[in-house]
Amino acid sequence: MTINEKQDAIIAEFEFLEDWLDKYQQIIDKGMSSAGVSAKEKTPQNLIEGCQSKVWIVAEMHEGKVVFRAESNTDIAGGIAAMLVDVLSGHTPEEIIQTELYFLEKIGLKEHLSPTRANGMLAMIKQLKLFALAFQTKQ
Amino acid sequence: MLDLQKIRADFPILSETVYGKPLVYFDNAATTQKPRCVVQKMEEGYYKRNANIHRGVHFLSQEATEAHEQARETIRAFIGAKSSNEIVFTRGTTEAINLVASSFGDLLQAGDEILLTAMEHHSNIVPWQLLRTRKGIEIKVIPFTNRGELLLDELAKSINPKTKLIACTHISNALGTINPINEIIKIAHAANIPVLVDGAQSVPHLKIDMQALDADFFVFSAHKIYGPTGIGVLYGKEKWLDKMPPYQGGGEMIAKVSFENTTFAALPFKFEAGTPDFIGSTAFAEALRYISAIGIENIAAHENKLLLYATEKLRKLENIRFIGEAEHKSGLISFLVGSIHPYDVGSILDKLGIAVRTGHHCAQPVMEVFSIEGTVRASFGLYNTTQEIDVFIDGVERVKKMFKQ
Repeated sequence: MTINEKQDAIIAEFEFLEDWLDKYQQIIDKGMSSAGVSAKEKTPQNLIEGCQSKVWIVAEMHEGKVVFRAESNTDIAGGIAAMLVDVLSGHTPEEIIQTELYFLEKIGLKEHLSPTRANGMLAMIKQLKLFALAFQTKQ
Repeated sequence: MLDLQKIRADFPILSETVYGKPLVYFDNAATTQKPRCVVQKMEEGYYKRNANIHRGVHFLSQEATEAHEQARETIRAFIGAKSSNEIVFTRGTTEAINLVASSFGDLLQAGDEILLTAMEHHSNIVPWQLLRTRKGIEIKVIPFTNRGELLLDELAKSINPKTKLIACTHISNALGTINPINEIIKIAHAANIPVLVDGAQSVPHLKIDMQALDADFFVFSAHKIYGPTGIGVLYGKEKWLDKMPPYQGGGEMIAKVSFENTTFAALPFKFEAGTPDFIGSTAFAEALRYISAIGIENIAAHENKLLLYATEKLRKLENIRFIGEAEHKSGLISFLVGSIHPYDVGSILDKLGIAVRTGHHCAQPVMEVFSIEGTVRASFGLYNTTQEIDVFIDGVERVKKMFKQ
């Protein structure tokens, strides 16, 4: 699947969930079942600190494709991070850098995109793209 | 008993809905909602007597001055101060503490000590740290028990000839503890040490009488007692305010200015540089009149009922950890739900229309004592109801299910 096909799949998945709590349940479940990062990887370099939540993101290169993993101390921020990581993982640095992430707004998480919002979703997206940029420069 | 239906009708915001759900506002320790009469007072101020005060000879200016000084008198009477000279308007509690830290702090020398408690809000910690940097004073901290009660023995032990001030909160905004402030002041005064009381959380919930309390400084904010934002009060005994140098310079606070020498105005104006919030002050006084008409004792009894009701109901849910279980508590509950992060709890409650606060509540040292990052805090006001607590409890149960706890 391309990145956009993955984004569209998530949008379709959320389309049926009219109630806010059902949407959040979906996000929470994604957070709980995501791969996570090891204790060793929870370094200050990998940390994105929001006002109330912490998210760690690690990135590795496998055969020219970037693979991300993420974990948070809160399940909601963790679920958002898990979706971002799923969407972008398994693609080349170029694809990741050029991607426009539209699914978050489409599934009603626009409020989380505000720069002052506690879980710092914008900071997560920036960090994911920075990782991709770093891999691209190394290539 | 409060006539809650009538009271709630005075607060238009309470009939708002959020995400299609009726608003349940349990964030009163952060700020309270405003009754219609307070907002009307602001409107009336701007529409009918808006003119800069104190110096004007024209009619409007005199009207505005009169209203502003009348407001000061209402505040004086509300807290039982001896003289309106003791009532200094500030932007709020935080500025009032900064004023004392700066001006009273000017009277201190390197090596002098200030006692704080481990349950202070950051606004009663950081100004003293700035003073420490400026003057080389020492800060000592009185600890509290795991129930959230101050260790008064430690207070007595910490006092020595270098102690120059005790700055202590009346009610902890993070734990809800009502501190034994009379006792603290007695211990301090026995050693001739003045006491600053942070009354931000206590003024809306307890009857405050400066003569009975005998605090040297008492600070609070209008917005936490159903008044407007951006205005608050420093009460200070005249003997201290007289000794202290001005905080900020500007208009209003001077008697005579020349480039060689400036003499300062009398109290309280010495500490009120610049155009004061003469619209906010009258709305502040209106809020106090509103509270007085209902009766602060009646409000306290109602909030205590809500506290007991909510505590009881929360206790029945499994896996709730209370942070702050002092014997004497105000209408505020800090808690954790299993291992769910407070941010997650707050986010879900929000979607149910319930406004609670999550995080460290500007009291990170308190969180450190319990080795936690933060709590969920529900804080009640005079307009809250047991039905709202039922909605909140259902919300917490829903949260537990969603996070499988």
